[in-house]
Amino acid sequence: MSSILQYTELYRDNAELIDKGSAPVLNKLRRQAFETLSETASFPAKHTEGFEKTSIEDLFAPDYGINILRKNLPVNLAATFRCDVPRMSTLTGFVVNDAFIPGHDIERKLPEGVIFCSLAKAAEQYPGLVEKHYGRLAPAGDATVALNNMLVQDGVFIYIPRNVIVERPIQIVNIFSSPIPLMALRRILVVAEQGAKASILVCDHTNDTTQNYLSSQIIEIFAGPGSDIGFYDMEESSPLTSRYSRLFASQQQDSRLLVDGITLANGKTRNDYTINLDGPNAEAMLGGMAIGSGNQHIDNNSQLTHTAPYCRSNQIFKYILDDEATGAFEGGINVSHGAIKTQAYQSNRNLLASQGARMHTKPQLLIFCDDVKCSHGATTGQLDQDALFYMRQRGISEKLAKTMLMQAFMADVIETVEMDGLRQRLHHLVEKHLHGEAAFCSDCSFTGTDHDIAPNPENSNE
Amino acid sequence: MNNELLLDVNNLHANVEGKEILKGINLQVRPGEVHAIMGPNGSGKSTLSMVLAGAPGYTVTDGSATFHGTDLLALSPEDRSHEGLFLSFQYPVEIPGVSMVNFMRAAVNEKRKYLRQEPLSASDFLKLMRQKRAVVELDNKLASRSVNEGFSGGEKKRNEIFQMAVLEPSLSILDETDSGLDIDALRIVAGGVNKLKTQDNATIVITHYQRLLDYIKPDFVHVLYKGRIVMTGGPELALELEEKGYDWIKEMSSNE
Repeated sequence: MSSILQYTELYRDNAELIDKGSAPVLNKLRRQAFETLSETASFPAKHTEGFEKTSIEDLFAPDYGINILRKNLPVNLAATFRCDVPRMSTLTGFVVNDAFIPGHDIERKLPEGVIFCSLAKAAEQYPGLVEKHYGRLAPAGDATVALNNMLVQDGVFIYIPRNVIVERPIQIVNIFSSPIPLMALRRILVVAEQGAKASILVCDHTNDTTQNYLSSQIIEIFAGPGSDIGFYDMEESSPLTSRYSRLFASQQQDSRLLVDGITLANGKTRNDYTINLDGPNAEAMLGGMAIGSGNQHIDNNSQLTHTAPYCRSNQIFKYILDDEATGAFEGGINVSHGAIKTQAYQSNRNLLASQGARMHTKPQLLIFCDDVKCSHGATTGQLDQDALFYMRQRGISEKLAKTMLMQAFMADVIETVEMDGLRQRLHHLVEKHLHGEAAFCSDCSFTGTDHDIAPNPENSNE
Repeated sequence: MNNELLLDVNNLHANVEGKEILKGINLQVRPGEVHAIMGPNGSGKSTLSMVLAGAPGYTVTDGSATFHGTDLLALSPEDRSHEGLFLSFQYPVEIPGVSMVNFMRAAVNEKRKYLRQEPLSASDFLKLMRQKRAVVELDNKLASRSVNEGFSGGEKKRNEIFQMAVLEPSLSILDETDSGLDIDALRIVAGGVNKLKTQDNATIVITHYQRLLDYIKPDFVHVLYKGRIVMTGGPELALELEEKGYDWIKEMSSNE
């Protein structure tokens, strides 16, 4: 019996409550999602192409609780202050489990016309704007999209009007905090109008590391003509956290989109990146970095589709796996008929630091057009033993030498980050993780004071 | 010259991938001395240097090596370095992504840690770098790049001697330091080695050719053949080898 059933039953029995805790624009998609799921035999499993190394069916099988009554759960927001990016004054919002909590005084700090708020609230206040975009990129007929459509009650809405440049980075802090196992349906909708520019940082944290959590996250990004969007997604969650995050982006003419997916600490993670270059002369850069140890599992799947001519895309994914960690990468470059002068590159390089670590990689090219430049490559290997001995001969201990070599290995992915503060912090975090130090930021030395995050008193909890 | 032994190698046997390469090496080095080890290709010269430095993949099967009284073979490669052993590599390794500055700072401070000294301050470290760069006229631009990445052959060898200058070893093994050098680079590299020479440290120069020995004057010349030192003499032995080649040595040892 598929794990779908527990979700469709939950919806059938609680449809009204779920609607009540959300907004009409979001509620509109639920019925169709329910019908789709009712007709679906199962979520993708290991026999499904593209999911050989991560069974979504298994990921979603346990009976997690879902907070459909919208109860406030206790959260220690102060703990996440330490995880903030140092020397960077961000526009911050929190997603505690599945509920959006704006940072202190956030609305006053936003440039005129920019919206950064709860998706449910936005759906009430700007129904036309949200309806025009919500659920338009994530395919409703897909089972895991349907699951999110059926049950999601809130999320984050970011809107950047025409030609507005948001100087300060927008930061979304996803936090799991619940004394009992919990599943969070998460949603991020980003709409960048023509010529808009912004950097968005999403980081996943776990407050209580003793509980099992599951996040189902769907991100939709509309990059308007000539827009320039940086989207950084960094996971530092607990070993008991599972996550299935799916990003769907559509890029218009002359737009530029940079997506960096960074997994530093987690339990089981599957990230999908579906990016469509729909307007000519658009550019997509997709960076991925994974550092796994213990029993961490990290699976990234990218599908970059060139539908319009004269576009450029570049993908670089790097993994360092230690202990019994497992990694998977499947990356596709799809060049549609008529997408002439496409330039698309993809590279996946992996380091295995132990005998027990495993990496599976499957790079793919599908080209239905002449006159394009495409390349892909994948390598998996160990640290350069000659370099290691050279460093040790100079007195550098084996441990430090390995760390330095691994950091060097990740350097080019880190360099894709265009936010200075984040790039510096990543160098520091990578070093810490490679040293095997605190998987969480508990001993972080960057407890800067430049935060103006405070939970909205109405929403904060006991 | 100090009479105490700096390095004492006795009956050293070593294997690489199960094949015996060193078949009983005996070598005594005292502070202030320069030893040249010469010999035809495949005689075990580089193996000797790798075994002394502790490279993985080389197995010592018999014999001993004592380094100022300590059992050298029991130490990790990094501790051999901390104790004062330096190997100038025949093929210095390129390490993309690790800057020369970070590399040298780690090397210097790891040694200081071993000696229970505080790490160098940033300004003292940079001062040290500047000072030592001058020894081999190493361009500051190279110091800001990744270790050996994109360096020419000559620059790599100069970089080796620069590192030697920074780490101030008591025993330096120069493995084919002259290979790939033009005459100007050779002069600079040899000049660097000579500048670093004191009565307390010693150098082992491994080379094919007499050429380098015009610049770095050895006190002793050893001929290594088939894993053994088959002949030891003064500087004049190098000249003789240059003139006559190695065939007479080969013949002599096969007649033994």
